[in-house]
Amino acid sequence: MIELPPFLLYYAAALAVAFTRGLQRQVILLAAPVVTGLFLWLFISPGSEVTFSVMSFELTLLRVDKLSLLFGYLFCIASFFAGIFSLHVEDTKQHVAGLVYAGSALGAVFSGDLISLFIFWELLAISSVFLIWARGTERALKAGMRYLVYQVLSGVLLLAGALIYVSNTGSLAFNHIGLDAGLAGWLILIAFGIKSAFPFLHTWLTDGYPEATVTGTVILSAFTTKVAVYSLARGFAGEEILIYIGVTMACFPIFYAVIENDLRKVLAYSLINQVGFMVTGIGIGTALALNGAVAHAFSDVIFKGLLFMSMGAVLYRVNNINGSDLGGLYKSMPKTTLLCIVGALSISAFPLFSGFVSKSMVMTALMEEQHGYFWLLMLFASAGVFHHAGIKIPYFAFFHHDSGIRTEEAPPNMLVAMAVAAALCVFIGSQPQFLYALLPWEVDYWPYDVTHVLAQMQLLFFSALAFVWLNKQGLYPPELRSVNLDAEWFYRRLLPAGAQRTVRLLSDAQRSIVTTITTRVQGLQKEFDKSPMSKYYLAESWPTGSMVFWISAILGIFLLLDLFGLGR
Amino acid sequence: MGNQISLLLVVIPLIAAPIAAVLPRGRLPWLLACVVASVCAILAGVQLWNVLNEGTISYELGGWQPPWGIEYRIDALNAFVALIVAVIAAITLPYALLSAEQEIPEEKIPLFYSALLLCLTGLLGITQTGDIFNVFVFLEISSLASYALISLGKDRKAFTAAYQYLIMGTIGATFYLIGVGLIYSETGSLNMQDVANILPSVLHFRTVETGFAFIMIGIALKLALFPLHLWLPNAYTYAPSAVTVFLAATATKVAVYVMLRILFMLFPQGFAMTTPAEELFIVSGIAGIIIASVYAIYQSNIKRLLAYSSVAQVGYMVLGIGFASVAGVTASLIHLFNHALMKGALFMAIGAIIYRIGACRMEQIHGLGKAMPWTFGAIVVGGLSLIGVPGTAGFVSKWYLVSAAIEQQAWISVAVILFGSLLAVVYVGKLIEALYFKPVSDTGKAVREAPMLLLVPMYSLVFANLYFGLDTDLTVGVAQQAAAILGGIGQ
Repeated sequence: MIELPPFLLYYAAALAVAFTRGLQRQVILLAAPVVTGLFLWLFISPGSEVTFSVMSFELTLLRVDKLSLLFGYLFCIASFFAGIFSLHVEDTKQHVAGLVYAGSALGAVFSGDLISLFIFWELLAISSVFLIWARGTERALKAGMRYLVYQVLSGVLLLAGALIYVSNTGSLAFNHIGLDAGLAGWLILIAFGIKSAFPFLHTWLTDGYPEATVTGTVILSAFTTKVAVYSLARGFAGEEILIYIGVTMACFPIFYAVIENDLRKVLAYSLINQVGFMVTGIGIGTALALNGAVAHAFSDVIFKGLLFMSMGAVLYRVNNINGSDLGGLYKSMPKTTLLCIVGALSISAFPLFSGFVSKSMVMTALMEEQHGYFWLLMLFASAGVFHHAGIKIPYFAFFHHDSGIRTEEAPPNMLVAMAVAAALCVFIGSQPQFLYALLPWEVDYWPYDVTHVLAQMQLLFFSALAFVWLNKQGLYPPELRSVNLDAEWFYRRLLPAGAQRTVRLLSDAQRSIVTTITTRVQGLQKEFDKSPMSKYYLAESWPTGSMVFWISAILGIFLLLDLFGLGR
Repeated sequence: MGNQISLLLVVIPLIAAPIAAVLPRGRLPWLLACVVASVCAILAGVQLWNVLNEGTISYELGGWQPPWGIEYRIDALNAFVALIVAVIAAITLPYALLSAEQEIPEEKIPLFYSALLLCLTGLLGITQTGDIFNVFVFLEISSLASYALISLGKDRKAFTAAYQYLIMGTIGATFYLIGVGLIYSETGSLNMQDVANILPSVLHFRTVETGFAFIMIGIALKLALFPLHLWLPNAYTYAPSAVTVFLAATATKVAVYVMLRILFMLFPQGFAMTTPAEELFIVSGIAGIIIASVYAIYQSNIKRLLAYSSVAQVGYMVLGIGFASVAGVTASLIHLFNHALMKGALFMAIGAIIYRIGACRMEQIHGLGKAMPWTFGAIVVGGLSLIGVPGTAGFVSKWYLVSAAIEQQAWISVAVILFGSLLAVVYVGKLIEALYFKPVSDTGKAVREAPMLLLVPMYSLVFANLYFGLDTDLTVGVAQQAAAILGGIGQ
């Protein structure tokens, strides 16, 4: 039995990729997830543990239970199809960043203590930003920087929370934390919340992901939010506040997604919406709900990856991903169209596709726990998913009016990657028992009964009807080149504008004060010039004078405070 | 033999300095300086080893018994700081050869090495001596040498920078001297140990408190405590590259050491609590971390960017002192060591860029990361360490600082330390963006990687950054022992 933290395999692969080219590199890219997956399957079983001591702390780099193992498999699968999808890319930094990123995600889900979790949390942030920066456009550089600041903010909150938690409880172990842990609990929850894109903390996602490279977005969509979902499931299962947050997350992105023009940004909003289902499941906290949350994470990575890949293929071929400029692409890219539709059916939770078998668990748990109103809101959210992701994405990209764009089918490696993901979607959807066997909690649940299937079909058909009717009536929001205001407006517009205004007010005030003083001083100056002292006047340069002022001011303050005993 | 090392550490560079000045032009002065610095580094290492094993070492100069004669008194704290200074000097000097040949007129090169050795003498002397007036003497030796070194910069603004530093540094030193004089008038002694024994009986005199205030403010200027940092950005920006590396990694660190020594060892236990010193440190530390980091973000000269970042980093150290706890001082000392490593590596990398393109403005370095991959790698590692990413030395500092702040329940400080690392993300990110992600200019394409003589010292510091991020036995162990020596820390 070899016990080795799986992230090491990925880091080794990242190192190897940095120094190889061509075929060798492609082999390594594909071998890393396959080898790691097999390694997890064969050698790692619940209960395995690897510890490492640093800074007088015992770090648990490998702690295995069914929950972490499920995410371990998932991340290997995701990086496998993402690897195939990016085989044609020659940019070394993207491959290295992608592998380090995926490895850090594996490291995070197998971390047994808060410090190792924090370490991988930071590495996730830093490695992933290169996937955005690699696009190389001015927009991508700026968006990447904003993304990085958000991610590091999440990291420092986690660090602060962890340190307070350790000093309160004396334990580093990462198990259930809960909000009873006080300040520490809240800090850690917000740290997790940023990475899982809670409302108002989500803008890094919709801002950063659409700016990443074609392959970068596929990789990004798989890991960051899922690591956060894993952490929430472990640390905050059953916290009621998560239900409210989750439902909000499932609902509000719908409106943005419907009016958004950049189709990859539509998918980014849809990602938040799907994470909302998971967060709700975690908030409910029953075995069924938690199983539903992680199962949905599993299927979401695959179908969201598939959708991002199909949009990536379009972007790769057409160099444009705005809904308003696309249309009619099914003529040139029939295979991509078909695979995209499989993804769309999965995300809309059509029976026999993967979304159905996982999402229905969360919905059932909501009903079982008497959250009727939330159940209705989630139904609305489900209908919304079908609208913006199930219909809008394939419709505006591949059908709609013919834009006249004629291009080639996606490259073979992209098609293979999409086919793998699509096959998995159908497989999970039609044979859910294999996924259910992996789930961490014991639950007897089967999605294919009459009520579920009928309810879901009704929902989908009426939703489709609504789309068709709205479209016919011309009521459906048209695809426009526009900027939609989101919470990021606060820091991208309001804050700079506010800061400018404050600075202007301050400088105005300063100017008027300075004018008053100078007129006074000029009066004195004239007197001074007449006096014999004037010839000793020395012009002084700014820093020296200012420094002398500061040193005397500080000495004066120090002595005054001391005199009145204020320091005591 | 053991206790003579403390004297040798000061005497060897002091004697070597005039010799370097009269040596013929060429590479001989450099060779001498290199050998001297390496010898000092080895001696400092042996000294630390001795102190850790055998306890405090005392050496009486000229056989005069303290408190009448000057005493060199070495414990874990100053042996640690002396080691940092000597090792940084030994790494900087090999690096200095090429960059000095390019930036400094040939006829001044022997003088340059002579001044560098004098500066080393002064800094090591401050750490070795156990006499408060002697500290002033060495402070002036190192300062005068550094004014000369800064004025050797290629840009004509180096003169103004050196002149300003001269004026301000002298004010700081004078403040220190006034404070020492006031304390001498009450205690009649200059030996630290002796003064520490007498002080408790005269503490009620205002003279002593005033003396304390003058010393604190004087040293605060020397360590570039915000807002007394105004000399630092210009001095670091316009000094020759090697000088910037050396000063950034050592000068302010030694001032922090003096601060600790006086605050917690010269004055009796709990005295600092009765003065506004701690409040001053916490307030200026916080203001420095935030304001200087914001300044750093808006700099267009990368040397200046790092200089402002240094001011912010000093804020972290001062904040640790302000907590007045063993954990706080430990964190401060750890950061003192780690900051020497990261700033040393970063300024060396910037120096390598200047060596190749002769400039260091943001818009002139676009895309250079591709032409100089090793230098770029050093900047990335140094930058990550500055941010405090796990696996680098900076993370260890951040960890201990935040722990110390939590122990004191100083929530604002916790928030500021963490916010400071966010600001560091922005300015380091700006640097990396310009170096790697901006399109290369035409002149940038012809640039080659820096020569080995610059890369090897640079990478010894880069690896130190990574090594001390994983193995913290030396840094944390010694810092804890040193902090424990400072008996005056309140509980």
